[in-house]
Amino acid sequence: MIEIIDLHKSFNGQVVLDGINLTIPKGDITVVIGKSGVGKSVLLKHLVGLLYPDRGQVLVDGQDITKLKGRRLQELKKRFAVLFQGGALFDSLTVFENIAFPLREKTKLSEAEITRRVHVRLAQMNLTPEVGDKYPAELSGGMKKRVALARAMIQEPEIILYDEPVTGLDPPMTSTVFHLIKKTHGESGYTALVVAHDIPEVFQIADHVAMLHKGRIIAYGTPEEIQRHPDPVVQSFLHGEVDFLED
Amino acid sequence: MLSAESMTLFLRLLGRWFLNVVREAGSMMLFLLEGLGLAFVPPFRPRRILEEVQLIGVKSTMIVILTAAFTGMVLALQGYYTLRKYGSEGALGSAVALSLIREMGPVLTGIMVSARAGSAVTAEIGIMRITEQLDALDTMAVSPMQYVVMPKLVAGLIAVPLLTAIFDVVGILGGYLIGVVLLGVSSGSYFSGMVQSVVPLDINGGIVKSVIFGLTIILVACFKGYYTEHGAEGVSRATNQTVVLSAVLILAWDYILTSFFM
Repeated sequence: MIEIIDLHKSFNGQVVLDGINLTIPKGDITVVIGKSGVGKSVLLKHLVGLLYPDRGQVLVDGQDITKLKGRRLQELKKRFAVLFQGGALFDSLTVFENIAFPLREKTKLSEAEITRRVHVRLAQMNLTPEVGDKYPAELSGGMKKRVALARAMIQEPEIILYDEPVTGLDPPMTSTVFHLIKKTHGESGYTALVVAHDIPEVFQIADHVAMLHKGRIIAYGTPEEIQRHPDPVVQSFLHGEVDFLED
Repeated sequence: MLSAESMTLFLRLLGRWFLNVVREAGSMMLFLLEGLGLAFVPPFRPRRILEEVQLIGVKSTMIVILTAAFTGMVLALQGYYTLRKYGSEGALGSAVALSLIREMGPVLTGIMVSARAGSAVTAEIGIMRITEQLDALDTMAVSPMQYVVMPKLVAGLIAVPLLTAIFDVVGILGGYLIGVVLLGVSSGSYFSGMVQSVVPLDINGGIVKSVIFGLTIILVACFKGYYTEHGAEGVSRATNQTVVLSAVLILAWDYILTSFFM
């Protein structure tokens, strides 16, 4: 379980997170929604130690990641995987090498076993083994996301953070990626935090939804509860009303 | 006459600029210590270091050879007509060799490596930063400093002195081509003058300069790339800053080290 307690973060005096309190239950998919630029990715980066808060705590099974350093922080990070918005695939490595990278760096598996596991993940993402020889620059947006998902899954992490996993994808590929997230979650049972603003697609995969607005969580509940939420800001966002977006 | 307010504003801006320079120099020094320190912490990455030696060193060889050849040729041409006025054409070899080994070799190699490899290093790391590849390494519990920066710093330390040695040899041969083959200076006096006038201190000075220049170039390149902000424009700005700052630092270091070795 991940608990975010009274998290504050500002950049050059501009308040981005203004006292976030959120619990991400173990084994569930929690989706954080909110309009672009509201600080969803900033929140996600605090969970894995890429950013440090001005104030507040991020507890992962009771350990405050904002206070950890050195080897203990590295050990905790091994429990996480992150799917970045643009995939963050290494340009200089092939698809195969990208997916194999965490295994080569952090395990002592044989090359034969690494090859087997990479091919299993490629197949799971509906990618042929031949894709493994390509470089990221040769892939479409959807393929990049699937390769990034394969890389995130290869070490079978306990927690996966998805930062805008379908941004820039067409509707069929959006459905495919959400389907893959749901499918891999069903198979592995990991804890997931998905940062997204793709309504209503995210409701298909979410166990819990939190809405971030002006640095705070203004709504939290099941997808059904959020859809019925009385707050006009939530309803405006869900229905894509222009006056809210221009707020 | 400047008013008191204008003077105050000027001093305030000057002070702010100076503090920024000091702050950046301090950050760069800490960056260097962390980067080099990680060379002694497992996992050691000999393969990554070799890859970087290839990228920074081997791929700069042709441009260094070309620059060295023309530099040696120009030095011989200029030196010949100057020395002939005093009837000292026989000293051409030592003039070319000393100029190359003490000054031209390390400085021009440094500037060429900065222009070719330094800019490439900044662009590579900068793109890794803005596309979150460095963050991805971090989240995999792989230190970006150790995986990306440390091999480049070590490669700079290895490659630039070797490139400088190549520059010196090719430059001397370029001078030979013009001085001996074209202008008729005797081959024996070209090389014997060189042997007599070049002392170990000259060679040591050249080596020390090339080591420091190599480290400076790659440090600036890695630092500027690592802290790139604001997308593609930021990468472009960082790359530009790397080339300019490296060149200025090489010349400043050259003066300091020359005064030390004189």
